[in-house]
Amino acid sequence: MEKRENVISILVNNKPDVLARVAGTLGGKGYNIESLCVDVTVNPDVSKIILTTIGTKATIQKIEAQLARLIDVIKVENLTDVETVKRELALIRMTLTADNKNELIRKINQLNCKILTFNSDHCVLEFRGSKAEVDKVLETLKPLGIDDVARTGIAALERKN
Amino acid sequence: MKMKGTQILLECLKAEGVEVMFGYPGGAVIDIYDELHRNPAVKHILVRHEQAAVHAADGYARATGKVGVALATSGPGATNTVTGIATANMDSIPIVVFTGQVPTHLIGNDAFQECDITGITRPCTKHNYLVRNPDELASTIREAFHIARTGRPGPVLVDLPKNVIAAEVDYDPAKIRINATKLSLPPKPSSKKFVQMLEMLRASRRPVLLTGGGILLGKASDELRAFARRAKIPVTSTLMGLGAFPGSDPLFLGMPGMHGTYYANMAISHCDLLICIGARFDDRVTGKLDTFASNAQIIHIDVDPSSINKNIVVDLPIVSDAKSALENINRLLKDNNYAPTDAERKDWLEQIEAWKKKAPLAYCQDAEHIKPQCVIETLYELTKGKAIITTEVGQNQMWAAQFYRYDDPNTFISSGGLGTMGYGFPAALGVKLAFPDRIVVDIAGDGSIQMNIQEMATAMQYNIPVKIVLLNNGYLGMVRQWQELFYEKRYSNTDMTFQPDFVKVAEAYGWEAFRAKRPEEIRPVLEKGLFSNRPCLMDFQIAREECVYPMVRPGASISEMTLGTREMTN
Ligand SMILES: Cc1ncc(C[n+]2csc(CCOP(=O)(O)OP(=O)(O)O)c2C)c(N)n1
Repeated sequence: MEKRENVISILVNNKPDVLARVAGTLGGKGYNIESLCVDVTVNPDVSKIILTTIGTKATIQKIEAQLARLIDVIKVENLTDVETVKRELALIRMTLTADNKNELIRKINQLNCKILTFNSDHCVLEFRGSKAEVDKVLETLKPLGIDDVARTGIAALERKN
Repeated sequence: MKMKGTQILLECLKAEGVEVMFGYPGGAVIDIYDELHRNPAVKHILVRHEQAAVHAADGYARATGKVGVALATSGPGATNTVTGIATANMDSIPIVVFTGQVPTHLIGNDAFQECDITGITRPCTKHNYLVRNPDELASTIREAFHIARTGRPGPVLVDLPKNVIAAEVDYDPAKIRINATKLSLPPKPSSKKFVQMLEMLRASRRPVLLTGGGILLGKASDELRAFARRAKIPVTSTLMGLGAFPGSDPLFLGMPGMHGTYYANMAISHCDLLICIGARFDDRVTGKLDTFASNAQIIHIDVDPSSINKNIVVDLPIVSDAKSALENINRLLKDNNYAPTDAERKDWLEQIEAWKKKAPLAYCQDAEHIKPQCVIETLYELTKGKAIITTEVGQNQMWAAQFYRYDDPNTFISSGGLGTMGYGFPAALGVKLAFPDRIVVDIAGDGSIQMNIQEMATAMQYNIPVKIVLLNNGYLGMVRQWQELFYEKRYSNTDMTFQPDFVKVAEAYGWEAFRAKRPEEIRPVLEKGLFSNRPCLMDFQIAREECVYPMVRPGASISEMTLGTREMTN
């Protein structure tokens, strides 16, 4: 069976060790978490974990069933094939030199990156988009000297059209 | 009313109907022990190792269907419980384990006897708790019991920091609220599923029932018996499910899988419909997966959705506890014309009889050496099948499963999933406390018994007259068997010829003890040992290199068995 990336959204009780239980359930069975995004929902007692993991359909169904078994898990949803908005945010710090400055500014405009700080030798950029778009932006900026990157992991929400 | 945490703990245990708990004291739980001294509401059994406390609670739970309870101190006390917890977890046994913890303000500081026991046991409990707030003590305990016993049961650990159990807080049992998000039972399946199942059954000519521990946990033995008999379906049971269907019923096929019977494995390999209830297709049962029941449609009924389609992809999955599923099925079977005629089952049942005749469970009698199978058969005969048997792990466990017939639920008690040596003896203590009038026998190997032999003291201190039938081969027998069969007899580190004189060890603890060296001594030793009102060890010096047969090689199809010296394939 074909492997692919799945986006799983998990509602959990907002308690200290719940993330460890979720991560342990995947890790303990040998599944890797590719990206992870967690925050409290509008209900302060409930958090949402959105993670992506790669696997076949059968594997992902097993993962979902294992997660659903956890006492602190309220709901597990696979958003992979659901109409969703998926977004990721990346913060990118670039090293500035006399050589790359002009080219960088051109690229920043072209790629639709937002400039958060800009000083004589560094700038921090923000980019939002799909995972593929973030990958592409990083690819494009790489030759110009990326100093460091922080990515949030994918957040996803059903459209309910 | 204001109450101290330790008092609240005991009140909660009383409210849950706990009669006995097994434990071992230490600094972090000394306040609980002080409370027990004042208020002996719950009988406490002082074991000699925390692992044994958990196994005893587990044995008690398996024999009674109630929640077993164990208590240990922080740090090493807590880590000693882990094997017991993992054992209960693999077999879905409802127990609650309380551990002491350093005061909350010291947690994370590497305080004396601190360890992160909730972290350690996260993967081997159904759920666990660190109680940080004394106000949540009562509700946490109630939740823990609820979680342990509902749905697919399992062990729950509650870690109790010393300051939490020392605090005084309000306690009002009427006001306890538990977090209900996840605690309700799964929805009942629609009756459509059962109609579909019975349609499949009607179309089937060669059905087999494969049942497991889920029948016992779901207290569905009566319903299973009614179903199998009315629908005339032969029943094979996993190790965990033995006793759910009577071992002496003509429809019973014994255990399938690696050390299953020839006829159970043949029936599974040739059936056209396999109805699995409360079993999880463990690899010891299925052998090579792609040839398992390869001619059959498979129906799988289980309370735990994550058990279904895990190892085997099934044609009809039904998420339900065994009891309500079987009640549904039996109702439909009564109302509609789903029950088969004798003629419809004739060929299949005759075929099964033929397999049973061709290769019954057997062994070679020997005039000089004690055969372990003969010990178990004689034990069966003398106890009229009415003893409750616990086992250790290894050959002793397999012979106990094969040669004693279990007619009643919860009379065969064994560590199936984890295969924990050292389980059977402390488990027997728990069983005997629950059923003081029954004969309770731990069938043991000389390796396993040495893993918790210290509990002989516990049996004496509380006068718990359990019996140990020691099948003493001076080897780690099951591992030696693998070395004989698959490693050209290289007996690396399985020879345990150096051993204590077990009779003297038992006597030193104050037990009765007897030894048998020759076949004709089997019966008199059992007769002397089984019926007295004292703990007794019976040391049977068995044929050292006896093997367990039939055997399916690891990774082979279950239709390819070695039956002792004869190969059988079909
Ligand atoms: C705690 C533990 N350690 C190791 C094993 C691996 N193991 C399985 S069977 C066995 C041999 C058991 O020997 P013994 O108790 O003498 O029983 P026999 O097989 O001889 O009846 C061993 C070492 C185990 N199941 N449990």
